[in-house]
Amino acid sequence: MTGWSNAEIWLIIAVMAVGTFLIRFSFLGLFGGRDLPDWALRHLRYTAVGILPALVTPLVLWPEGPGSDPDPIRIISAGIAILAGCLTRNANYSIIAGLASFGLLQLIFA
Amino acid sequence: MPSTNSKSAFYAGCRTALPFLLILGPFGLLFGVVATEAGMSLAQTIGFSMAVIAGAAQFTAVQLMQDQAPMIIVLASALAVNLRMAMYAAALAPHIGHASLIQRLLVSYGNFDASFAMAMAEYEANPDRPIGEKVGYFLGSVAVIIPSWAIATFLGAQLGALIPESFGLDFALPILFLSFVAPALRSLAHVAAAFTSVILAIVLQPVPYNLWILIAGIAAMIVGAEVERRMTRP
Repeated sequence: MTGWSNAEIWLIIAVMAVGTFLIRFSFLGLFGGRDLPDWALRHLRYTAVGILPALVTPLVLWPEGPGSDPDPIRIISAGIAILAGCLTRNANYSIIAGLASFGLLQLIFA
Repeated sequence: MPSTNSKSAFYAGCRTALPFLLILGPFGLLFGVVATEAGMSLAQTIGFSMAVIAGAAQFTAVQLMQDQAPMIIVLASALAVNLRMAMYAAALAPHIGHASLIQRLLVSYGNFDASFAMAMAEYEANPDRPIGEKVGYFLGSVAVIIPSWAIATFLGAQLGALIPESFGLDFALPILFLSFVAPALRSLAHVAAAFTSVILAIVLQPVPYNLWILIAGIAAMIVGAEVERRMTRP
Protein backbone atom coordinates (compact mmCIF):
# COMPACT_ATOMS: atom_id res chain seq x y z
CA MET A 1 0.00 0.00 0.00
CA THR A 2 1.71 3.16 -1.23
CA GLY A 3 2.56 5.65 1.48
CA TRP A 4 1.93 3.26 4.38
CA SER A 5 4.58 1.19 6.13
CA ASN A 6 3.75 -2.27 7.47
CA ALA A 7 3.95 -0.91 11.03
CA GLU A 8 1.50 1.89 10.21
CA ILE A 9 -1.00 -0.53 8.67
CA TRP A 10 -0.82 -2.79 11.75
CA LEU A 11 -1.21 0.26 13.99
CA ILE A 12 -4.40 1.24 12.14
CA ILE A 13 -5.74 -2.31 12.45
CA ALA A 14 -4.89 -2.40 16.18
CA VAL A 15 -6.48 0.97 16.96
CA MET A 16 -9.55 0.03 14.89
CA ALA A 17 -9.84 -3.26 16.79
CA VAL A 18 -9.53 -1.72 20.26
CA GLY A 19 -11.70 1.30 19.40
CA THR A 20 -14.43 -0.83 17.81
CA PHE A 21 -14.44 -3.22 20.76
CA LEU A 22 -14.76 -0.38 23.28
CA ILE A 23 -17.68 1.06 21.27
CA ARG A 24 -19.38 -2.34 21.21
CA PHE A 25 -18.75 -2.97 24.91
CA SER A 26 -19.73 0.55 26.03
CA PHE A 27 -23.32 0.23 27.20
CA LEU A 28 -23.16 -3.52 27.77
CA GLY A 29 -20.18 -3.03 30.07
CA LEU A 30 -20.96 0.24 31.79
CA PHE A 31 -24.68 -0.08 32.39
CA GLY A 32 -24.87 -3.86 32.15
CA GLY A 33 -26.13 -4.26 35.70
CA ARG A 34 -28.77 -1.55 35.47
CA ASP A 35 -32.11 -1.21 33.75
CA LEU A 36 -32.55 1.67 31.36
CA PRO A 37 -35.44 4.13 31.83
CA ASP A 38 -38.53 4.10 29.56
CA TRP A 39 -37.56 7.17 27.54
CA ALA A 40 -34.20 5.58 26.71
CA LEU A 41 -35.83 2.31 25.65
CA ARG A 42 -38.30 4.23 23.49
CA HIS A 43 -35.40 5.85 21.61
CA LEU A 44 -33.40 2.65 21.35
CA ARG A 45 -36.30 0.88 19.62
CA TYR A 46 -35.49 3.03 16.58
CA THR A 47 -31.72 2.42 16.49
CA ALA A 48 -31.69 0.09 13.49
CA VAL A 49 -34.36 1.87 11.44
CA GLY A 50 -32.65 5.17 12.33
CA ILE A 51 -29.04 4.41 11.43
CA LEU A 52 -29.12 1.82 8.64
CA PRO A 53 -31.18 3.87 6.13
CA ALA A 54 -28.66 6.72 6.51
CA LEU A 55 -25.79 4.30 5.92
CA VAL A 56 -27.50 2.83 2.86
CA THR A 57 -28.93 5.91 1.14
CA PRO A 58 -25.71 7.22 -0.44
CA LEU A 59 -24.66 3.68 -1.47
CA VAL A 60 -27.92 3.36 -3.42
CA LEU A 61 -28.05 6.90 -4.84
CA TRP A 62 -24.34 7.46 -5.60
CA PRO A 63 -22.66 4.05 -6.03
CA GLU A 64 -19.37 5.55 -7.27
CA GLY A 65 -19.06 7.95 -4.32
CA PRO A 66 -20.72 11.25 -3.25
CA GLY A 67 -21.90 13.34 -6.20
CA SER A 68 -21.45 10.56 -8.80
CA ASP A 69 -24.16 9.68 -11.30
CA PRO A 70 -27.13 7.76 -9.91
CA ASP A 71 -27.69 4.28 -11.34
CA PRO A 72 -31.43 3.67 -12.01
CA ILE A 73 -30.89 -0.12 -11.82
CA ARG A 74 -29.63 0.13 -8.24
CA ILE A 75 -32.40 2.51 -7.19
CA ILE A 76 -35.13 0.26 -8.67
CA SER A 77 -33.56 -2.89 -7.17
CA ALA A 78 -33.36 -1.21 -3.76
CA GLY A 79 -37.05 -0.26 -4.07
CA ILE A 80 -37.96 -3.84 -4.91
CA ALA A 81 -35.95 -5.12 -1.91
CA ILE A 82 -37.77 -2.68 0.41
CA LEU A 83 -41.17 -3.61 -1.06
CA ALA A 84 -40.48 -7.35 -0.74
CA GLY A 85 -39.28 -6.88 2.85
CA CYS A 86 -42.33 -4.82 3.82
CA LEU A 87 -44.79 -7.25 2.21
CA THR A 88 -43.26 -10.54 3.38
CA ARG A 89 -41.76 -9.31 6.72
CA ASN A 90 -38.87 -11.64 5.85
CA ALA A 91 -35.28 -10.45 5.37
CA ASN A 92 -34.35 -13.42 3.18
CA TYR A 93 -37.07 -12.70 0.60
CA SER A 94 -36.02 -9.06 0.63
CA ILE A 95 -32.40 -10.01 -0.12
CA ILE A 96 -33.38 -12.46 -2.86
CA ALA A 97 -35.79 -10.00 -4.49
CA GLY A 98 -33.26 -7.16 -4.39
CA LEU A 99 -30.29 -9.12 -5.74
CA ALA A 100 -32.36 -11.00 -8.33
CA SER A 101 -33.83 -7.80 -9.76
CA PHE A 102 -30.37 -6.20 -9.71
CA GLY A 103 -28.87 -9.11 -11.65
CA LEU A 104 -31.80 -9.31 -14.05
CA LEU A 105 -31.92 -5.58 -14.77
CA GLN A 106 -28.16 -5.54 -15.33
CA LEU A 107 -28.45 -8.42 -17.79
CA ILE A 108 -31.16 -6.59 -19.72
CA PHE A 109 -29.94 -3.00 -19.63
CA ALA A 110 -26.23 -2.90 -18.81
CA MET B 1 -32.02 -27.95 32.05
CA PRO B 2 -31.19 -24.27 31.42
CA SER B 3 -27.98 -25.34 29.70
CA THR B 4 -29.93 -27.64 27.35
CA ASN B 5 -32.21 -24.76 26.43
CA SER B 6 -29.24 -22.43 25.97
CA LYS B 7 -27.68 -25.01 23.69
CA SER B 8 -30.78 -25.32 21.53
CA ALA B 9 -30.98 -21.50 21.41
CA PHE B 10 -27.33 -21.53 20.27
CA TYR B 11 -28.18 -23.93 17.45
CA ALA B 12 -31.24 -21.84 16.54
CA GLY B 13 -28.90 -18.84 16.24
CA CYS B 14 -26.57 -20.88 14.02
CA ARG B 15 -29.46 -21.88 11.73
CA THR B 16 -30.85 -18.34 11.46
CA ALA B 17 -27.40 -17.05 10.51
CA LEU B 18 -26.93 -19.51 7.63
CA PRO B 19 -28.93 -17.63 4.94
CA PHE B 20 -27.00 -14.45 5.77
CA LEU B 21 -23.79 -16.15 4.62
CA LEU B 22 -25.04 -15.81 1.04
CA ILE B 23 -24.75 -12.05 1.46
CA LEU B 24 -21.91 -11.70 3.96
CA GLY B 25 -19.81 -14.22 2.02
CA PRO B 26 -19.57 -12.10 -1.13
CA PHE B 27 -19.06 -9.02 1.04
CA GLY B 28 -16.11 -10.57 2.89
CA LEU B 29 -14.80 -11.83 -0.44
CA LEU B 30 -14.99 -8.30 -1.78
CA PHE B 31 -13.08 -6.91 1.21
CA GLY B 32 -10.36 -9.51 0.64
CA VAL B 33 -10.08 -8.43 -2.99
CA VAL B 34 -10.09 -4.69 -2.28
CA ALA B 35 -7.64 -4.79 0.65
CA THR B 36 -5.22 -7.04 -1.25
CA GLU B 37 -5.37 -4.87 -4.35
CA ALA B 38 -4.76 -1.83 -2.16
CA GLY B 39 -1.50 -3.50 -1.10
CA MET B 40 -2.28 -5.09 2.27
CA SER B 41 -0.57 -8.39 3.02
CA LEU B 42 -2.63 -11.57 3.47
CA ALA B 43 -2.04 -11.44 7.25
CA GLN B 44 -3.09 -7.79 7.44
CA THR B 45 -6.22 -8.39 5.35
CA ILE B 46 -7.41 -11.33 7.45
CA GLY B 47 -6.23 -9.69 10.67
CA PHE B 48 -8.33 -6.64 9.86
CA SER B 49 -11.43 -8.76 9.22
CA MET B 50 -10.99 -10.84 12.39
CA ALA B 51 -10.12 -7.96 14.71
CA VAL B 52 -12.71 -5.46 13.54
CA ILE B 53 -15.55 -7.50 11.91
CA ALA B 54 -17.29 -4.43 10.52
CA GLY B 55 -17.42 -4.38 6.72
CA ALA B 56 -18.46 -0.76 6.26
CA ALA B 57 -15.72 0.54 8.58
CA GLN B 58 -13.10 -1.76 7.00
CA PHE B 59 -13.97 -0.45 3.53
CA THR B 60 -13.94 3.12 4.82
CA ALA B 61 -10.45 2.68 6.29
CA VAL B 62 -8.97 1.06 3.16
CA GLN B 63 -10.58 3.68 0.91
CA LEU B 64 -9.15 6.57 2.95
CA MET B 65 -5.73 4.91 3.16
CA GLN B 66 -5.70 4.67 -0.62
CA ASP B 67 -6.66 8.34 -0.76
CA GLN B 68 -3.54 9.05 1.39
CA ALA B 69 -5.62 10.65 4.12
CA PRO B 70 -3.82 11.41 7.42
CA MET B 71 -3.86 8.48 9.86
CA ILE B 72 -6.00 10.35 12.37
CA ILE B 73 -8.67 10.93 9.67
CA VAL B 74 -8.58 7.26 8.62
CA LEU B 75 -9.12 6.16 12.23
CA ALA B 76 -11.68 8.82 13.16
CA SER B 77 -13.79 8.19 10.03
CA ALA B 78 -13.76 4.42 10.23
CA LEU B 79 -14.49 4.49 13.97
CA ALA B 80 -17.27 7.04 13.39
CA VAL B 81 -18.90 4.52 11.04
CA ASN B 82 -18.80 2.05 13.94
CA LEU B 83 -20.16 4.45 16.58
CA ARG B 84 -23.67 3.22 15.77
CA MET B 85 -22.64 0.03 17.55
CA ALA B 86 -22.68 1.89 20.89
CA MET B 87 -26.40 2.18 20.29
CA TYR B 88 -26.56 -1.52 19.46
CA ALA B 89 -24.88 -2.23 22.81
CA ALA B 90 -27.42 -0.02 24.56
CA ALA B 91 -30.30 -1.73 22.76
CA LEU B 92 -29.00 -5.17 23.79
CA ALA B 93 -28.44 -4.11 27.41
CA PRO B 94 -32.09 -4.53 28.58
CA HIS B 95 -32.02 -8.10 27.20
CA ILE B 96 -28.56 -9.41 28.08
CA GLY B 97 -27.05 -6.66 30.26
CA HIS B 98 -27.22 -8.95 33.30
CA ALA B 99 -25.18 -11.73 31.64
CA SER B 100 -21.75 -12.65 33.03
CA LEU B 101 -18.74 -10.51 32.14
CA ILE B 102 -17.28 -13.21 29.88
CA GLN B 103 -20.57 -13.52 28.00
CA ARG B 104 -20.85 -9.75 27.60
CA LEU B 105 -17.23 -9.57 26.35
CA LEU B 106 -17.97 -12.28 23.76
CA VAL B 107 -21.22 -10.64 22.66
CA SER B 108 -19.44 -7.28 22.39
CA TYR B 109 -16.75 -8.75 20.15
CA GLY B 110 -19.46 -10.15 17.86
CA ASN B 111 -21.91 -7.23 17.96
CA PHE B 112 -22.10 -6.15 14.30
CA ASP B 113 -25.04 -5.22 12.05
CA ALA B 114 -26.09 -8.73 11.07
CA SER B 115 -25.84 -10.33 14.53
CA PHE B 116 -27.51 -7.33 16.15
CA ALA B 117 -30.40 -7.32 13.69
CA MET B 118 -30.92 -11.08 14.09
CA ALA B 119 -30.77 -10.92 17.90
CA MET B 120 -33.13 -7.94 18.21
CA ALA B 121 -35.68 -9.61 15.92
CA GLU B 122 -35.55 -12.70 18.15
CA TYR B 123 -35.62 -10.75 21.46
CA GLU B 124 -38.57 -8.63 20.36
CA ALA B 125 -40.47 -11.71 19.20
CA ASN B 126 -39.72 -13.62 22.44
CA PRO B 127 -38.93 -10.99 25.09
CA ASP B 128 -39.45 -13.29 28.07
CA ARG B 129 -36.91 -15.99 27.23
CA PRO B 130 -34.27 -16.58 29.94
CA ILE B 131 -31.07 -14.58 29.58
CA GLY B 132 -29.01 -17.73 28.95
CA GLU B 133 -31.06 -18.55 25.88
CA LYS B 134 -30.80 -14.97 24.60
CA VAL B 135 -27.00 -15.06 24.95
CA GLY B 136 -26.92 -18.56 23.40
CA TYR B 137 -28.89 -17.37 20.38
CA PHE B 138 -26.56 -14.41 19.89
CA LEU B 139 -23.38 -16.45 20.20
CA GLY B 140 -24.81 -19.10 17.85
CA SER B 141 -25.25 -16.56 15.07
CA VAL B 142 -21.73 -15.13 15.47
CA ALA B 143 -20.21 -18.64 15.73
CA VAL B 144 -21.40 -19.15 12.16
CA ILE B 145 -20.73 -15.67 10.82
CA ILE B 146 -17.25 -14.82 12.19
CA PRO B 147 -15.40 -17.90 10.80
CA SER B 148 -17.25 -17.49 7.50
CA TRP B 149 -16.27 -13.84 7.40
CA ALA B 150 -12.61 -14.79 7.89
CA ILE B 151 -12.76 -17.55 5.25
CA ALA B 152 -14.49 -15.26 2.75
CA THR B 153 -11.82 -12.59 3.34
CA PHE B 154 -9.11 -15.20 2.83
CA LEU B 155 -10.67 -16.45 -0.42
CA GLY B 156 -11.12 -12.86 -1.61
CA ALA B 157 -7.47 -12.12 -0.93
CA GLN B 158 -6.54 -15.24 -2.96
CA LEU B 159 -8.91 -14.49 -5.83
CA GLY B 160 -7.73 -10.91 -6.08
CA ALA B 161 -8.02 -9.56 -9.55
CA LEU B 162 -9.90 -12.61 -10.87
CA ILE B 163 -13.26 -11.01 -9.95
CA PRO B 164 -14.35 -8.43 -12.52
CA GLU B 165 -15.55 -5.12 -11.09
CA SER B 166 -18.75 -5.28 -13.17
CA PHE B 167 -19.87 -8.20 -11.00
CA GLY B 168 -21.75 -5.72 -8.82
CA LEU B 169 -20.72 -7.40 -5.56
CA ASP B 170 -20.68 -4.00 -3.86
CA PHE B 171 -24.46 -3.84 -4.16
CA ALA B 172 -24.84 -6.77 -1.76
CA LEU B 173 -24.17 -4.39 1.17
CA PRO B 174 -27.03 -1.93 0.56
CA ILE B 175 -29.38 -4.83 -0.15
CA LEU B 176 -28.30 -6.52 3.08
CA PHE B 177 -28.98 -3.38 5.13
CA LEU B 178 -32.32 -2.77 3.39
CA SER B 179 -33.40 -6.33 4.13
CA PHE B 180 -32.87 -5.59 7.84
CA VAL B 181 -34.85 -2.37 7.73
CA ALA B 182 -37.84 -3.15 5.48
CA PRO B 183 -39.40 -5.95 7.61
CA ALA B 184 -38.91 -3.72 10.68
CA LEU B 185 -41.13 -0.94 9.29
CA ARG B 186 -44.09 -2.17 11.30
CA SER B 187 -45.47 1.08 12.71
CA LEU B 188 -45.83 4.73 11.73
CA ALA B 189 -43.02 5.56 14.17
CA HIS B 190 -40.64 3.12 12.46
CA VAL B 191 -41.50 4.55 9.02
CA ALA B 192 -41.05 8.12 10.28
CA ALA B 193 -37.63 7.25 11.73
CA ALA B 194 -36.45 5.57 8.53
CA PHE B 195 -37.74 8.45 6.40
CA THR B 196 -35.97 11.03 8.59
CA SER B 197 -32.78 9.00 8.32
CA VAL B 198 -32.89 8.91 4.49
CA ILE B 199 -33.66 12.62 4.10
CA LEU B 200 -30.94 13.71 6.55
CA ALA B 201 -28.41 11.35 4.94
CA ILE B 202 -29.01 13.16 1.63
CA VAL B 203 -29.08 16.69 3.03
CA LEU B 204 -26.09 16.24 5.35
CA GLN B 205 -23.73 14.63 2.80
CA PRO B 206 -21.29 17.58 2.99
CA VAL B 207 -20.72 16.95 6.73
CA PRO B 208 -17.22 15.45 6.85
CA TYR B 209 -15.88 12.17 8.23
CA ASN B 210 -19.12 10.20 7.87
CA LEU B 211 -20.51 12.14 10.83
CA TRP B 212 -23.76 12.53 8.89
CA ILE B 213 -24.49 8.85 9.62
CA LEU B 214 -24.53 9.58 13.36
CA ILE B 215 -26.41 12.88 13.09
CA ALA B 216 -29.07 11.35 10.83
CA GLY B 217 -29.30 8.27 13.06
CA ILE B 218 -29.73 10.21 16.32
CA ALA B 219 -32.30 12.57 14.77
CA ALA B 220 -34.21 9.59 13.34
CA MET B 221 -34.29 7.91 16.77
CA ILE B 222 -35.67 11.08 18.33
CA VAL B 223 -38.35 11.34 15.61
CA GLY B 224 -39.30 7.67 16.01
CA ALA B 225 -39.51 7.95 19.81
CA GLU B 226 -41.56 11.16 19.61
CA VAL B 227 -44.03 9.71 17.07
CA GLU B 228 -44.43 6.63 19.28
CA ARG B 229 -45.01 8.79 22.38
CA ARG B 230 -47.71 10.79 20.59
CA MET B 231 -49.40 7.73 19.09
CA THR B 232 -49.61 5.92 22.44
CA ARG B 233 -50.68 9.00 24.44
CA PRO B 234 -53.99 8.21 26.15
